[in-house]
Amino acid sequence: MAEVKLLGTWPSPFYYRVVWVLKLKGIAYEFIEEDLNNKGPLLLQHNPVHKKIPVLIHSGKSICESMIILEYIQEIWPQNSLLPADPYDRAIARFWIKFAEDKVNPLAFAGFYGEEQKKAIRDSLEMLETTEEHALRDKTFFGGDKIDLVDIAFGQLSQWLQMVEDVTNVKLLDASKFPRLQRWINNFKQVPIIKENLPDYQEMFAYFKALR
Amino acid sequence: MAKSHAEVKVLGTWASPFVMRVRIALNIKSVAYEFLQERLWEGKSELLLKSNPVHRKVPVLIHGDDTICESLIIVQYIDEVWPSAPILPSDPHERATARFWAAYLDDKWFPSLRAIGMAEGEDARKAAIGQVEEGLMLLEEAFGKCSQGQAFFGKDQIGYLDITFGCFLGWLRVTEKMSGIKLLNEINTPALLKWANRFCNDAAVKDVMPETEKLAEFAKMLRGRVRATPTS
Repeated sequence: MAEVKLLGTWPSPFYYRVVWVLKLKGIAYEFIEEDLNNKGPLLLQHNPVHKKIPVLIHSGKSICESMIILEYIQEIWPQNSLLPADPYDRAIARFWIKFAEDKVNPLAFAGFYGEEQKKAIRDSLEMLETTEEHALRDKTFFGGDKIDLVDIAFGQLSQWLQMVEDVTNVKLLDASKFPRLQRWINNFKQVPIIKENLPDYQEMFAYFKALR
Repeated sequence: MAKSHAEVKVLGTWASPFVMRVRIALNIKSVAYEFLQERLWEGKSELLLKSNPVHRKVPVLIHGDDTICESLIIVQYIDEVWPSAPILPSDPHERATARFWAAYLDDKWFPSLRAIGMAEGEDARKAAIGQVEEGLMLLEEAFGKCSQGQAFFGKDQIGYLDITFGCFLGWLRVTEKMSGIKLLNEINTPALLKWANRFCNDAAVKDVMPETEKLAEFAKMLRGRVRATPTS
């Protein structure tokens, strides 16, 4: 019986966050695919409050909510550390992780139409501006020279955002307006673990187009 | 650590539960601080706008030259800089559980509490109350698991989850007063009812928990102000 199990669903960006971190730290795990239209007993047992993926099950104990799972993984397996050691730097990293959690949700954007979509566009542009000017600034990655949990938290901007733009025909991240973010997306997708673990673009596009 | 001796200031307001979290954490650590009260109804101060340009909200912790924002992030920072009298559990799984319930409180439970005051019509009010009560039953169960028979979520002393939840007790009591319903009661939440009293009487909490009467008056004033503002 595997010590680490991950309950997840393709192509959820929240599930992918956990995959990336487990692989970056070289942790072996068993993947259990959940059918969200027919939630299994394991999911209901281990996340009774929200009934959502991802859920990490470690030696029988469950941890829910992707960023909470990532802090847990970071604490149990500190190799290849993904958070700064200094308390102040760590507080800044957590600030941006929370910002990403609260404001970055490209998949939700796909569900907006008309007036709601106009507001969502304004909110998205504001989020991108703040991210570019205050969070990323002139760094290669949010984590500096290499990726850390902040990059992982913003990971949805890498592929899911473009897919939503293509499905909705709304351009949000204009490379000329957000050159640093565009560079970050290119760099992030080239990190070997990320590159090898992204959902297939065409499959994801077809899936969301059908949903819409 | 030289850093831990630098000056500490807290930007906040007396009524904000989020500000209270920071003050309780500093009290637990016996760290002296200057409390700079924002008068938010007069507009946000220069210091606030400079210290928290992204959200322009309280609380803000100013520690020497550094500013830290977001109440729970500040509490974790305080716990890491001053390691005595730990606030977060030492066990990683217990820490994850505390963070899980903290997120639930901020993302789901407190908004549902506020929804009671803003509900229009009896049906909406009943639905909002139902949601809060459901949440309290979940929290009653969580208390049993986390406390393991001891006084607090943090076991023998107040910890992260006590602080996260306890800061809302003032507003909970105001809501009970205004709605005439005992949300925390002997039947559904006997353990939480007792916990609430212990929490409010704790040395780190007593002086920063606002009186229910004062909060109720403040809530009335806020409501009056909201109603007086013409909607565009």
